[in-house]
Amino acid sequence: MTTTALAAQRPARPGPRPGPQPGTRPGLPGIATTIGHYSGRIVLAAFFGFPIVFMFVSSLKPDTQIFADMGSVKAFLPVGDVSFDNYRTTLETVPAIRFLVNSVIVSGLTVGLGLVVNSMAAFGLSRMQWRGRGLVLSVILATLVVPVETFALPMLWWVNKLPGLTVQDGALLWTEGWLDTYHVQILPFVANAFSIYLYYSYFQSIPKDLDEAARIDGAGWFRIYRSVIMPLSGPATASVAILTFLPAWNQYLWPLMVVQDENLRPVMVGVSYFFQLDIAWGPMMAYATLITVPVLALFLTFQRAFIGSIASSGVKG
Amino acid sequence: MATTLSPPTVSTDPRARLESHSTSATGLAFVSPALVLLVLFFFVPVALCFVLAFTNARLISPEPLRFTGLDNFTRMFSDPLFWHSLRNTAYFAVVVVPVQSGLALLLAILVNKRARGTNIFRTIYFVPVVTSIVVVSILWRFMYAEGGLVNSLLQAATFNLVQGTDWLNNTSTAMPAIMVMSVWQAVGFHMVIWLAGLQTIPEEQYEAAALDGASKWHQFWHITWPGLRDTRTFILVTITIAALSLFAQINVMTNGGPLNSTSTVVYQAVRTGYSQQQTGYASAISLVFFVLVLTISLFQRFLTRDKDLR
Repeated sequence: MTTTALAAQRPARPGPRPGPQPGTRPGLPGIATTIGHYSGRIVLAAFFGFPIVFMFVSSLKPDTQIFADMGSVKAFLPVGDVSFDNYRTTLETVPAIRFLVNSVIVSGLTVGLGLVVNSMAAFGLSRMQWRGRGLVLSVILATLVVPVETFALPMLWWVNKLPGLTVQDGALLWTEGWLDTYHVQILPFVANAFSIYLYYSYFQSIPKDLDEAARIDGAGWFRIYRSVIMPLSGPATASVAILTFLPAWNQYLWPLMVVQDENLRPVMVGVSYFFQLDIAWGPMMAYATLITVPVLALFLTFQRAFIGSIASSGVKG
Repeated sequence: MATTLSPPTVSTDPRARLESHSTSATGLAFVSPALVLLVLFFFVPVALCFVLAFTNARLISPEPLRFTGLDNFTRMFSDPLFWHSLRNTAYFAVVVVPVQSGLALLLAILVNKRARGTNIFRTIYFVPVVTSIVVVSILWRFMYAEGGLVNSLLQAATFNLVQGTDWLNNTSTAMPAIMVMSVWQAVGFHMVIWLAGLQTIPEEQYEAAALDGASKWHQFWHITWPGLRDTRTFILVTITIAALSLFAQINVMTNGGPLNSTSTVVYQAVRTGYSQQQTGYASAISLVFFVLVLTISLFQRFLTRDKDLR
């Protein structure tokens, strides 16, 4: 947790200046400012951090213990009747492992296909001169201002009409409708204007001389894309991967509508399991923890890349 | 993928070679997978939204598709639930947009100062962002329950003077409760974007202003605020679009209740188009929503446009 997140991206500044900085007074008032500053930060850290701590801690306690600890600091401490019983209950009553596997498949394929499709599009748009290029670029960027919620319902009707192929009794059959499949959860989110834009602006910063040199050596465009440009674009790939993975893992509205089959449902839709009859809060917190920990672990490991990718998303309005 | 390389002897002018016919075809080939997917899963559904809104389309229907003119729209405009949903959506956006962007800026300024532990604080403020809104919604639903954490903390902090309420089951508190939670979840995202904007402002400008005796407040208004112009547009547009699209929180926490006090436009569109399978009516609602989102984001871009260019 001590890795520098954004600090590393700042331009180097002169080292710590000795003595008081302009604007801060020395002595007691300076100390008071520092204390004020830190208490503000700590109060905010409690506001943002404690609900998550509460979730983790409650997942380890039976409901009676959770409610007994409410209202005291014990609500945030794993004390009292602590066990993994809630996790056992959750795994017994909800196909949580199945949901996790589905989410890994769906978000993994969305990210993988997205990296290829969007980087190729950006390559064609930024490295090659062709008629209609400008038009295609502006058409793609125009999709940015329209959130998926505006056309999700017509799209639901549309995917229900799309033809599919299925194998039945050893024969290949045409089917109508994409509902209850993996690909209906993946394909609509592969091509992404924002990913194309991120790759596009990154590719623009790579000198065109490299392409020329490779072409003189006899490389075709696909070779240049695969062996020259992509290996140089690690940071863009990391940003796109993260910015595709988060929404893919967290998807809710779309899979809620297109997947009824339990065997294909992702983790977020699985929460509806807990809305029946009496809510047992302990197992619910256990499930919430179970589906949050993978993302949280990724975030803490690749913290710098996560924050960097979000920061890069706002560079241009 | 076919490689198309014109023989190096054909042309010595690089521009002529680059714009050759084969390059055009290859360029389009690189873009085509993305283009096909965008057509299938963006342009066709958006176009369908405009078409189906004027039909009797149902998700699964034995009846043939039939144009019904403005029927869906007259039904929508005379539906009190639609006006409720529109009002609730506006209420949410009007509160959340300024509060979330302002709080995010405050956090960014707070963690922009380099001091011991800055990275730890920044990480903690960011944790809710990587937590799914669905998880956040079930967690806060628990916290907002009558005997839940929020009320217990309120009682403990006020020595039992304040008793709290069943936040999500009270028509006047349900929406504000969802607002607080939504800001809590997303503010770290915009903090990071403000921070990126803050770091593009050269430190020398502040040093020069400090030498001239400008107060912190003056420095903010004359250096920081103008320096964040592009960031500001981006943040306003993204928060507004996200706020208008409010759905998951409602679906997980209240189902639009109590007494429709938290029903939103997207929630109503999903309820009619998915639960009741009335695609035509849902498309009409989506169309209104589409126009709303587009108008507001274009209007915001206009308001925060580049004033130097006029």
